[in-house]
Amino acid sequence: MNERELRRLIDDVKSGGLSRRGFVQKMIAVGLTAPLATQLLAFSGVAMAQNAPAYKPTKRGGGGLLKVLWWQGPTLLNPHFAVGTKDQDGSRLFYEPLAGWDPNGNLRPVLAAAIPGREDGTLAADGKSVTWKLKKGVTWHDGKPFTADDVVFNWQYSKDPATAAVTIADYKDILVEKVDDYTITIKFDKPTPFWANAFVGPRGMIIPKHLYADYIGAKSREAPTNLKPVGTGPYKFKDFRPGDIVSGEINTNYHMENRPYFDAIEMKGGGDAVSAARAVLQTGEFDFAWNMQVEDEILLRLEKGGKGHVVISDGGNIEHIQLNTTDPWTEVDGERSSLKTKHPTLSDPAVKQALSMLVDKQSVQKYIYGRTGVATANFVNNPEKFRSKDTKYEFNIEKAAEILEKAGWKKGADGIRAKDGKKLKFVFQTSINQPRQKTQAIVKQACQKAGIEIEVKAVTASVFFSSDVANPDTYTHFYCDLQMYTTTMTQPDPEVFMNQFCSWEVATKANKWQGRNITRWRNQEYDDNYKAAQVEVDPVKRAAMFIKANDLVINNYVVIPVVARPGVVAKNTKLTAEISGWDNNTWAIQDWYKET
Amino acid sequence: MSRQYLIRRLMIAIPSLLGISIVLFTVLALAPGDPFGELASNPAIPPEVAASLRAKFGLDDPVWTRYVHWLVAMLHGDWGFSFASRIDVDTLILQRLPTTLIVIGAAQLLAILVALPVGVLAGTRPYSLFDQIANTLAFIGFSLPTFFTGLLLILIFSVRLDWLPMVYRADLGATGWRWFVEEVKQSIMPVAVLGLFQGASLVRYVRSAVLDVVRLDYVTTARSKGIGERKVITRHVVRTALIPVVTLVALQMPVVFGGAIVTEQIFRVPGIGSLLISAMLSNDTPVVMAVTFVFACLVVLFNLIADILYGWLDPRIAYR
Repeated sequence: MNERELRRLIDDVKSGGLSRRGFVQKMIAVGLTAPLATQLLAFSGVAMAQNAPAYKPTKRGGGGLLKVLWWQGPTLLNPHFAVGTKDQDGSRLFYEPLAGWDPNGNLRPVLAAAIPGREDGTLAADGKSVTWKLKKGVTWHDGKPFTADDVVFNWQYSKDPATAAVTIADYKDILVEKVDDYTITIKFDKPTPFWANAFVGPRGMIIPKHLYADYIGAKSREAPTNLKPVGTGPYKFKDFRPGDIVSGEINTNYHMENRPYFDAIEMKGGGDAVSAARAVLQTGEFDFAWNMQVEDEILLRLEKGGKGHVVISDGGNIEHIQLNTTDPWTEVDGERSSLKTKHPTLSDPAVKQALSMLVDKQSVQKYIYGRTGVATANFVNNPEKFRSKDTKYEFNIEKAAEILEKAGWKKGADGIRAKDGKKLKFVFQTSINQPRQKTQAIVKQACQKAGIEIEVKAVTASVFFSSDVANPDTYTHFYCDLQMYTTTMTQPDPEVFMNQFCSWEVATKANKWQGRNITRWRNQEYDDNYKAAQVEVDPVKRAAMFIKANDLVINNYVVIPVVARPGVVAKNTKLTAEISGWDNNTWAIQDWYKET
Repeated sequence: MSRQYLIRRLMIAIPSLLGISIVLFTVLALAPGDPFGELASNPAIPPEVAASLRAKFGLDDPVWTRYVHWLVAMLHGDWGFSFASRIDVDTLILQRLPTTLIVIGAAQLLAILVALPVGVLAGTRPYSLFDQIANTLAFIGFSLPTFFTGLLLILIFSVRLDWLPMVYRADLGATGWRWFVEEVKQSIMPVAVLGLFQGASLVRYVRSAVLDVVRLDYVTTARSKGIGERKVITRHVVRTALIPVVTLVALQMPVVFGGAIVTEQIFRVPGIGSLLISAMLSNDTPVVMAVTFVFACLVVLFNLIADILYGWLDPRIAYR
């Protein structure tokens, strides 16, 4: 899909020939995220869809205690320090952003009065500024009013390197100005097509100025409010024990009508995913549990109890296999997989193509992941609606063998193909995790039939994913031929995500293996395209460039996507909770209610 | 037992605790992993954030300077703060201590209450029907790992019968009687699992200790003097037989504070054990260091207490 086609599609949406939803799904199919797609529309003058959540309760409170289970409990409740989703989810009970991302990638206002748009001039045509109008009459839990000063303060707080906030990337390059008490303007130093990062979504929660003003910078750890959040959210803080429990009680001054429904909330941590699923689906002791990393077979069995069911939400996580472009078995200047080497066999495109045909994604989905892993051809998620159209991947042992045969890889006496004395023998590593070992076995079996020998290797997750410079078994060292893990897309905008294939990001000894390009793939066309996208003013052109980037990665067999890993949560049948793959699990916690 | 002996023992404890802390600290420093690994692998967070946090928390200093800093702070009563939650370590430990003491303490109590009478009875009537049954049950008890019995109990009492909750909540949100009832209900399974597991092996110890003593001449003498059987057992047999058992129980006491990692994980009991395991998984060195060091101190302390109890139980053992 090129720029012209993109424009035509956008025009179709404008004229009503194509639905917004249809457009977003088309964009996802070519490797963009839903939020980016809706931003494209907003920029082209198509207003964001305002789909209000279905909410039935007609009065505030009365719902009793809401019990939710996070098998890894929150350890921090300051959203600017919240690294993991567990901490962001916990903070979101008390703190709120200006707006959140709904399941379709649309922005829904929370502390904002409305979503900025081109129609009312709040979104500048040159992409260099955006103006947010804040909701009036919102108060912090301690009764102080919420104003533009609070928003501006969050920017100052986060951008100060001494604060060491994990949200710094969203705030350091922008300028936030107060226009009046309920209006702020964000100014960008260059045209920014993706304008909804700061103050939005999981990393955009706003903390109160009056309680944090003295704790900006180096003193950030000492703020008493870090442990006793005072926010604007539907629940007021009650108790917090890191890793164990976060509890809150109803905020009777909450700024949304008739909300929240529950009188109190309790977020319990600890234990494991399977027993968490059991506590929701089978015994009904809890109303909701996050991140069900459980085999679908077990989930299906537990669901039979009828007390609860599993909810799946599309997101940007992909389980994929990486092919090493460098030689992991030769040491050059004290490092293996050095840039000075070339992989002896994987450098042949025919071998890579054959390998991609030997990954039986359908079986992996059918027999291992079920609903929790959907076979995919793209490096970015691919919804079911468009899967059939996308015929880029196939599983075909005969065809793979044929390709290898044609390229001169002949079977030897031991059944393993070889060419010029180099055998097709690969070491395939991943972390210890049952579904991954099963996937390894499926790949190994198919490869064996095609004359490729695979030696599987499994590394403890805590070692595999560590950033330990001295340990050769980490995924960033990539001291083997193939490896598999899930890459997570933590931001709705793909720019940061896609830098993992840029040549300057290569992980090497020199940068202590901190570069993000693990496969060490270097491609001039990709680099040029990426650099052009970074400075591209026109959001449509930019989107087309990211689509091209995705195509380059897939067509060059840099990685083989296996399954998309959607978000999986378990909830009580009576509980209504809207889950979005583009935001926190608790992004719409104010709208949760239970049918009686 | 003299006061000098006590002082000497306490003096010996200091170098051994220092040694333990050095070993612990070095091992933790050498272990792979990085508390800010999650930051490093997240592309949306610039590497400078992790670097500035490392500098702020002093992680870039050499191991020995970090050790000296830790030791000096520890001597001043400052245990440091957790890297993961940035909360003071002593607060974290104190938050979890009551639950640990209640659950694990109750389990130990249950173990002793079951093991003592059963062991003594079995020991005084060896190879009787009671002894055979007690033995068989004890073997089953300590052969079955806690993760198995824990899951089994959950399956029976939570899933099938729906009598007891499978998740332990430290904050029940109730007061008075209702709190007590709920607390007992949610404690039954973890306490039973742990208590019976430990009680089972304790039964074997008590039984063999009693068996050894009951054949001795002085017991026969006591009987021939016409002292009632009950008195012979309680005054003459049990008191002697308890000496090895006391060591065992005393050395088990630190475990009460250390928590029980597996059982805590299964029932989601927010005890020290689950704090330790999650701290280890996230490379939260200050927490791991503090918990293990407290544990080491308790082991040393209870060793001393066991030795003192010996002297009380058996006046022939004298300390100089």
